[in-house]
Amino acid sequence: MAKQLMKGNEAIAKAAIVAGCRAYFGYPITPQNELCEYMAKYMRSSGGVFVQAESEVAAINMVYGAAASGALSMTSSSSPGIALKQEGISYCAGAELPALIVSVSRGGPGLGGILPSQGDYNQATRGGGNGDYHVPVFAPASIQEAASLVRKGLIVAAKYRNPVMVLADGVIGQMMEPVELDPNPIDIEAFPWAADGNSGVRPRNIVNSLHLDVDDLENHNKHLQAKYRAIEENETMWEEYKMDDAEYMFVAYGTPSRITKSAVDELRSEGVKVGLLRPISLWPFPYEVIHRFSKKMKFIFVAELSSGQMLVDVKLAVGYDTPVHFYGRMGGNIFEPLELVAEFKKHQEVLGQ
Amino acid sequence: MTTTVFKKTRGLTDVPFTYCPGCTHGIIHRLVAEVLEELELLDTAVGIASVGCSVMSYEFFNCDMIQAAHGRAPAVATGVKRTHPDKTVFTYQGDGDMASIGAAEIVHAAHRSENITVIFVNNAIYGMTGGQMAPTTLPGHVTTTSPFGRDTTLQGEPIRMSEMLSTIPGSYYIERVTVIDPVSVRKAKTAIKKAFQAQKDKKGFSMIEVLSTCNVGWGVTPLDALKQIKNDMIPYYPLGVYKDKGANQ
Repeated sequence: MAKQLMKGNEAIAKAAIVAGCRAYFGYPITPQNELCEYMAKYMRSSGGVFVQAESEVAAINMVYGAAASGALSMTSSSSPGIALKQEGISYCAGAELPALIVSVSRGGPGLGGILPSQGDYNQATRGGGNGDYHVPVFAPASIQEAASLVRKGLIVAAKYRNPVMVLADGVIGQMMEPVELDPNPIDIEAFPWAADGNSGVRPRNIVNSLHLDVDDLENHNKHLQAKYRAIEENETMWEEYKMDDAEYMFVAYGTPSRITKSAVDELRSEGVKVGLLRPISLWPFPYEVIHRFSKKMKFIFVAELSSGQMLVDVKLAVGYDTPVHFYGRMGGNIFEPLELVAEFKKHQEVLGQ
Repeated sequence: MTTTVFKKTRGLTDVPFTYCPGCTHGIIHRLVAEVLEELELLDTAVGIASVGCSVMSYEFFNCDMIQAAHGRAPAVATGVKRTHPDKTVFTYQGDGDMASIGAAEIVHAAHRSENITVIFVNNAIYGMTGGQMAPTTLPGHVTTTSPFGRDTTLQGEPIRMSEMLSTIPGSYYIERVTVIDPVSVRKAKTAIKKAFQAQKDKKGFSMIEVLSTCNVGWGVTPLDALKQIKNDMIPYYPLGVYKDKGANQ
């Protein structure tokens, strides 16, 4: 497909349709409305299903039903709406249903605001649904990557029979950039487990997350955990920027990682050997690579549009041997490259360098 | 020479019911299963089990089944039906599931006139969790969360779902029945058949409310529970057809 200038929300919607997603269930919320609107306009003419649900709760449960009957389906929302979807996400995980959830996050808590934020890192990676489950979370830093990760998300969801989230900050949803979509639908075999009304020609299928027998439930959980270990093994994604000779490492994801790249370039121009490690999958988190790099660093600097949520994962990866510093903005404010440079230099001064 | 006058419907599996002795869920299951078989819909049906006593119904109906979160069965059914419009999709829900936590989902499934059939089993109590008050519990009735009897000044009047949903333009067929004697059982089956036929004819949303017993939750004998439906429930929840858009066609 030819390169075109698209708004992030629309590129995400189009990427999903082109990849073969044939059912979308959503509810209006800023800043993801263009995604829902694009689906309303184009899903039916693409042979798919569009339903504007009565709530985010209903939307994720429609996804649950569509997925349970074997349709590759998705929903999208923003922070407070994702909070409402957590019950359904837990059920999808428990019943092992593939589904894509796009979260275009905004400031919180509560109604918060409508400007970009990364305050939903914990919501996405830890979830608010009940039980021992995980959802792969992919965080794009450009419109092109958002489109690619939507496609990847659908593939991973189908491969592992698990819900997958694409977590885009509000900048990604609202910004316009050139994007080139892969024109080919993803290659997915029919789901033999689907409850799609064919019990006349095969043994009946049941989609369920209830296991009243204790051993049955423990075994189900062991099975899920084995699946999560495989996802950790195979689907961890990150980008390294100017890390080859780095003595200092920034860690940032999403749109702030691009601002951080500018800070890296500025510091490099002053002769400071600094690089950036950008987690692309937030779960599974690239613990190992961060741990490996951390041994060679004078310090690590985490930058987020939050009070420091990914920071905890970075600290888990690093341990106690290397200092981890943090700078964040909240409420919809976005830091600038020179703001990060100035903060970085404060910590350098403490080191006497 | 022997003649078969009755046999168990193919619409039910051989898994023993988990319902209490005296409970009428079993009769309602059988009626739904018989109708699915008789209308030749069983092999292409997808049933949605809800949360409550009937949570295990995915074990009992002999067709593809999906277990839904509490109250969300109509939304789950929407997801199935919209992506598989030629399949027969039904939900089987209790009054706690539908009239309380799932009130929004049922209202909007009717509002969109989803072409699904809803079997609504109203026993005026939360049975599975041990007999708590439901939105449908009758005034004055003692439950574990209305230990002094339902006080309508604090807890409201019982909600009438069939009446409410019949006011929604999208609903196509709604009838309230019961299963307390052979005559009412036969009427209930006719109603259930009408609802599934409506779906088969792609007419839109249909619901059959069945007044059902919970002798354990109500703290009475099975026989007295049947009497209680007749003497207490039917006066508040009159039987009959509440919506039949096809009546004059």
